[in-house]
Amino acid sequence: MPSDPLVARHVLEFPGGYTRTTGPVIGRFLTELRARRLVGVRTAEGRVLVPPLEYDPATGDPVTGEYVEVGPAGTVTASAWVREPRAAHPLDRPFAWALIRLDGADTALVHAVDAGDPRAVPPGTRVWPVWKDAPTGQITDIAYFAPEVTKIVSPVRAEYRLRAGGALRVFLEGVARGVFLGGRCARCDQVYVPYRTSCPECGGRIGEPVELPGTGVITTFAINNLPDPRAPEVPFVSAYVLLDGADIPMIALIGDVPAHEVRQGMRVRAVWVPEEERTPSMANVRWFAPTGEPDMELS
Amino acid sequence: MRDVAVVAFAQTRHTREDAGLSETELILPVIDEVKERTGLTRFGFTCSGSCDYLAGAPFSFVSALDAIGAWPPISESHVEMDAAWALYEAWVRLQHGDVDTALVYGFGKSSLGDLREIMTLQLDPYYLAPLGLDQVSYAALQAAAVDADRELLDGIVRRSRADGRANPYAPDLPEPDVADGPVAPLRAADLPPITDGAAAVVLAAGDAARELCERPAYVRGIAHRVEPHYLGMRDLGRSVSAADAARAAGVGKGPVEVAELHAQFPHEEVVLREALGLGGDTVVNPSGGPLAANPVMATGLIRVGEAARRVLDGSARRAVAHAANGPCLQHNLVTVLEA
Amino acid sequence: MNRCAVIGVGQTRYTTKRRDVSIAGLVREAALRALEDAGLTFKDIDAVVVGKAPDLFEGVMMPESYLADALGAAGKPVTRVHTAGSVGGSTALVGASLIQGGVHDRVLVVAFEKQSESNATWALSTHLPFSASLVVGAGGYFAPHIREYMRRSGAPAHIGTLVAVKDRLNALKNPYAHLRIPGIDQAMVESTPMLWEPIRYLETCPSSDGACALVLASEDKVTGTPAWVHGAAMRSEPIFRAGRDTVSPQAGKDCAADVYRQAGVCDPRRDIDVAEVYVPFSWYEPMWLENLGFAAEGEGWKLTESGATALDGDIPWNASGGVLSSNPIGASGLIRFAEAALQVRGMAGEHQVDGARLALGHAYGGGAQFFAMWIVGRERP
Repeated sequence: MPSDPLVARHVLEFPGGYTRTTGPVIGRFLTELRARRLVGVRTAEGRVLVPPLEYDPATGDPVTGEYVEVGPAGTVTASAWVREPRAAHPLDRPFAWALIRLDGADTALVHAVDAGDPRAVPPGTRVWPVWKDAPTGQITDIAYFAPEVTKIVSPVRAEYRLRAGGALRVFLEGVARGVFLGGRCARCDQVYVPYRTSCPECGGRIGEPVELPGTGVITTFAINNLPDPRAPEVPFVSAYVLLDGADIPMIALIGDVPAHEVRQGMRVRAVWVPEEERTPSMANVRWFAPTGEPDMELS
Repeated sequence: MRDVAVVAFAQTRHTREDAGLSETELILPVIDEVKERTGLTRFGFTCSGSCDYLAGAPFSFVSALDAIGAWPPISESHVEMDAAWALYEAWVRLQHGDVDTALVYGFGKSSLGDLREIMTLQLDPYYLAPLGLDQVSYAALQAAAVDADRELLDGIVRRSRADGRANPYAPDLPEPDVADGPVAPLRAADLPPITDGAAAVVLAAGDAARELCERPAYVRGIAHRVEPHYLGMRDLGRSVSAADAARAAGVGKGPVEVAELHAQFPHEEVVLREALGLGGDTVVNPSGGPLAANPVMATGLIRVGEAARRVLDGSARRAVAHAANGPCLQHNLVTVLEA
Repeated sequence: MNRCAVIGVGQTRYTTKRRDVSIAGLVREAALRALEDAGLTFKDIDAVVVGKAPDLFEGVMMPESYLADALGAAGKPVTRVHTAGSVGGSTALVGASLIQGGVHDRVLVVAFEKQSESNATWALSTHLPFSASLVVGAGGYFAPHIREYMRRSGAPAHIGTLVAVKDRLNALKNPYAHLRIPGIDQAMVESTPMLWEPIRYLETCPSSDGACALVLASEDKVTGTPAWVHGAAMRSEPIFRAGRDTVSPQAGKDCAADVYRQAGVCDPRRDIDVAEVYVPFSWYEPMWLENLGFAAEGEGWKLTESGATALDGDIPWNASGGVLSSNPIGASGLIRFAEAALQVRGMAGEHQVDGARLALGHAYGGGAQFFAMWIVGRERP
């Protein structure tokens, strides 16, 4: 596939994984699990919940403090066969997902069953936990369940493929040529930049893009003392720049001037990266720099 | 309760691939369409449904507001749920009696990420999500628990695909084959298509409903119920919450000519038919249903729209719409629409 | 429209990391306290409304699905609200709407955030490819608007520090508050660094774990000490409208006008006894004083400077310590609404404003474009 600079991978992943505090009940279960014991908790009505919760899911009432050792074996109540395991799955070979009622429990636990064959786990199948070598207190300390006798931090990551289409594509293609494209709402007589296809005020359609100059005025700004990957050196100034001829400011980095000399009303001009380095992205604009013209009066 | 009716419905021509449109651009055509159809540009209340994790960024609903002409500022809210729940919130708001119209919209692009894995993220984060239990896997577990007749399931898939091909808003899907799915007992054709899309509905109360529409689809009953989250702590073979919601909405008070069900897998239709007490005379998912087009977060709202459309165009007198949220039909919303 | 009252309030203590509870445990702590306050149990509740800010904070998508069991919701309707930072307020309004619309009699409203599971700046600064935004966290977004307020109003630079001190002094009287800084004073605030100039470190809100819950009831089901809802309103405006006033957004003005009209408030400074207003950066107190009509345009800072908004002033703002002292984002708006209710119920403890009869609860979110407000009173409307 030819690589389209306007198609990009986007990963949403909190570095290191979310730290989840478990509270007393889940914590007890996972602690017992690390010691390779399985426990449930008794509800006020006398049922044994496995995995245990702080509350009875049927009523919301708190459970009793009584923990009951269950299993280790259990009975499959339903199962589904995974032909093509995915990276996040507990097993890298075909396996069954199963609802497993551990001996002594009144509810079923969801886990994987390594059975080798889809026909090997009909309801009623007896299964046993197979423990991970070094349990750490995670539900995956049980590597999987396996049929009787015969045989063994929460990363959240979502990956996307995003395409810049519609008005954004038009705008970024302009930026690739070194121009800012805006659009005029004929009804409201307002010029929007970046270019967009509808007016946020009246909802009406906006026609063909119009070219705007790379000059404008700083309406207001912040001096950032916390570094950011996009502006690693502090302090840096992020400013609202109202391009000449536009009616809405864009947020942009200000450069070529000490942070504390930036002023509201200061005239600025876009500083573009050299033509040979340009891509259809806002990285083309290195920053906005003062033009040296007199400041503008702000209303 | 105050008489509230669906007076307009629009949906996008749903796509199976991302066209790169922003949220604003995705919903704009359906907003334009319902505005044109009702002649309204302002609404007493506005509510939408969408999901940040589908979009891959927080606050994905914020820029959608730029599409609806929200100036002067509007009375507006958002649910991080299927937009059918936004419709419910709007229906409740119209019960107050001080406003007469509401705009409801929902949108989602399931094509950007891996929907199977994104749907893992809605599971209990201690016992279920760490297993990597994905959407198709838990649906397959329910399918196993339901253990429906294979021919019945095949019939549902064939019918849904055929109806989908007759639906100009649904992508064209081929005749189903018998290829295995990634998780048995589901077959490949039992899985809904990955779809991007949006939908909008206008609700109107009292006189406004009659003024805006020749034949309003009145909401005669609407209710939703949730059941326990943990798959092993409920009976996956049936849906108690869907049955409760149907009872509360009064589905059984009269014959149901058409039912649009948020059944993303054929076994869910089997479960829902029983839960809603639908007989053989009820036409189920004439639009093709989610097996033909499944723009997640708008799919449930589209069920309401499609059911209402049958009443609006005079082809049905009484129709039922169903929407679902959560794993394995955990949470169900049922709406009864009448001429 | 049916009458609605708050009959139970529950809060967790707010802190950087609640290491001792699960997400469900945190939420239940607030919910069970609210039920206890109302003298009810889960069985008495008809419907549950859950609110929180982006799911990225905990990495649990649409967590109402997982939390339904923990909130005794099996067999009931559950709704999940998300309107950015205003969500806590919107959640209360969606719950109240169920009662005002005559659909239910008793509704449990819960909002929470367990920010310590990840990191707020990470979650709020997740940028999609192609987006050119240079905004770093909420402070980076709001700092330019604060600067513009200072320019327009001519407010002296120390006003922000006055609010930072006042709200933290109030927090010392609130057992649930997160930031409790003994000896807090202007010099201490001024000694802290500028993060996003003109915002200093101690002029910003903390990042907290916590939950808040309310039990709402229809008139027939009121038990105990009610706080009656006299007005409720939401307003939103598009973020990218040309000419948008980001210092004093029209949506905030319209929302206030709506809620005042419903409650019969003509002059908010005179008619309202105490206000809990969403002030995540200290400068937002004078800005919102103007936006909400407590002071004329350009004059809000003078009210702050005069001490009128202090606990012993004529119109106390954020007697609880406010968002500047506790900020579990998704719950922060609901805490404002809950504290307003506690004040008119006479149950605010050490930070009670004597004789409070009418109180404003306020929340805002997004780029100061989503607003939710209510007015609660001691008397039945």
